[in-house]
Amino acid sequence: MIALDELLVDNLLWAPLLIVLLKVVVVFIVGLLATMLMVWFERKAIAGMQNRIGPNKTGPFGILQTLADGIKLFFKEDLIPNRSDRFVFALAPFLSFVPAFLAFAIIPLGGDFRNGNGGEVTWFGHVTKVQLADPPIGVLFALAISSIAVYGIMLAGWSSGSKYPLIGSVRASAQMVSYEAALGLSLASVLLLAGTLSTSGIVAAQTTITQWNVISTGFIPFIIFLIAATAELNRPPFDLVEAEQELVGGFNTEYSSIRFALFYLAEFMNTVTMSALIVTLFFGGPQPVAFGNFVFDIPLLPNALEGTFWLLAKVLVFLYIYIWFRATLPRLRYDQLMDLGWKVLIPGSLGWFMLLASQRLARQNDWNIFIVTGSSVVVMVACYLLLQAAFSKSAREREIQGSMF
Amino acid sequence: MEFFVFGCAALMILVGAVGVITRSHPVHAALSLVLTLFGVAVLFVAQEAHFLAAVQVIVYAGAIVVLFLFVIMLLGVDRVENLRTEPLTAQRPLAVIVSLGLIGILVAAFTTGSGALHERGEGINIPDLNTGTDANTTQLAESIFSKYVVAFEVTSVLLVVAVVGTVLLSRRIKSVEVETSK
Repeated sequence: MIALDELLVDNLLWAPLLIVLLKVVVVFIVGLLATMLMVWFERKAIAGMQNRIGPNKTGPFGILQTLADGIKLFFKEDLIPNRSDRFVFALAPFLSFVPAFLAFAIIPLGGDFRNGNGGEVTWFGHVTKVQLADPPIGVLFALAISSIAVYGIMLAGWSSGSKYPLIGSVRASAQMVSYEAALGLSLASVLLLAGTLSTSGIVAAQTTITQWNVISTGFIPFIIFLIAATAELNRPPFDLVEAEQELVGGFNTEYSSIRFALFYLAEFMNTVTMSALIVTLFFGGPQPVAFGNFVFDIPLLPNALEGTFWLLAKVLVFLYIYIWFRATLPRLRYDQLMDLGWKVLIPGSLGWFMLLASQRLARQNDWNIFIVTGSSVVVMVACYLLLQAAFSKSAREREIQGSMF
Repeated sequence: MEFFVFGCAALMILVGAVGVITRSHPVHAALSLVLTLFGVAVLFVAQEAHFLAAVQVIVYAGAIVVLFLFVIMLLGVDRVENLRTEPLTAQRPLAVIVSLGLIGILVAAFTTGSGALHERGEGINIPDLNTGTDANTTQLAESIFSKYVVAFEVTSVLLVVAVVGTVLLSRRIKSVEVETSK
């Protein structure tokens, strides 16, 4: 039995096939449009923060600027450097672009999750979910996609056959592999509480605001996830991959024309997808804001459509936060980046995960939750002190040896 | 449908596997390996082993081959190898003998074991222990963390020992006394 959309399982009819095709087309177009608008939004918001005007000539508020840029890039000369590895050079932009779209497929984009509905809607007499795919591995699919997204950047830098792109791609692979671990470990806390990997299941478990994973996992996993996600996206302050002042443009220095546009598109598409993933995991996705039995209901809208509006509103907040990061924070140095990833985020997320796990065990076995939490905190503090002792010893020895790393 | 998916995945695996040994460029060989790993992941999904498929992609394609490429780039060995130079002269005839032996063993295993599925065992109709969206993960977790927990933990200790050992061997602290006596 091959894993397919539930609509296609029994007997193949035209209507279910058309619904699935429609979903594919809609997700693709929504992805492209969201990326286009995100580029414009970022330029406009950054301009506002820096007392500039930003794009204002093409269309109302310059909203068609991205389209104009895209058309311009399309007609530019497509250069392939002489010393490049031609096949890999041509392949790399697609390796970066395709995963960006794939990850979008598992995000629940709407639907009615209230009263235990599980986000199912009925279209043309067929029950379906407002997301392209709901695989049993759910969130792991997003992790897998983000772990293969590194290939695009890495191979682009390597195949260019020049030194700055190569440095950029070596940095990229080290950075993305390091932060992958923190990303996965902070995700584990969410999965521990949700008890399922499926994205629609995770959303369905977060009905009221106190059940949102950002609160029920105690805020720390969310912070770690946000930082690690920013590093995975190679967005400022973690954009060492394309540090303009040091590396000219990083991994994409040698790219021009539509190939460059694909990288650009992939970067912004990934930002949108990651924001949507954060909202899905920690902020209830398409669930409305609700305290206890009180639900902020948008009047006159069917519940299923309302979900899309809530998702959009929440995602916009995170897109703005990413732009805010870029305008506010200076870029990290390479050793600071590695220190933050390996010495703070990974032990932190692991410790917090163990704390949540011990609390869950205590609740299952009717142990005193305060004693269990207290002793877990004592163990965590002891581990922290041991870790700090190890760090200071290794720092002393490195100083004696005169090496930085 | 199943046959079609199997055909595509098998083609991916075979093309990738042949590519790994025939491409003389290390980076191209590593990329062929990625193709093979993806083909195996597709086969896992076709057999409803979703969790294994995800882990296959995350661990092998996403981490191990990335590290291969990372080392290839860092050490600058990304040049086309000359396949005519022969560091060990007995290498090629020995490789032929070993691979023929391996093919023989595999063929023997398949021909004698093909009856096991249909005649002696329960065939492919093994009952699911439990079903549902997370059945895969639950079953795997139950066996890892209850039945095989000792083996699992010992394996992780082994990995940590290997890492610590590597760091210890590669970073000897030299001339500590000279520096501190100043």
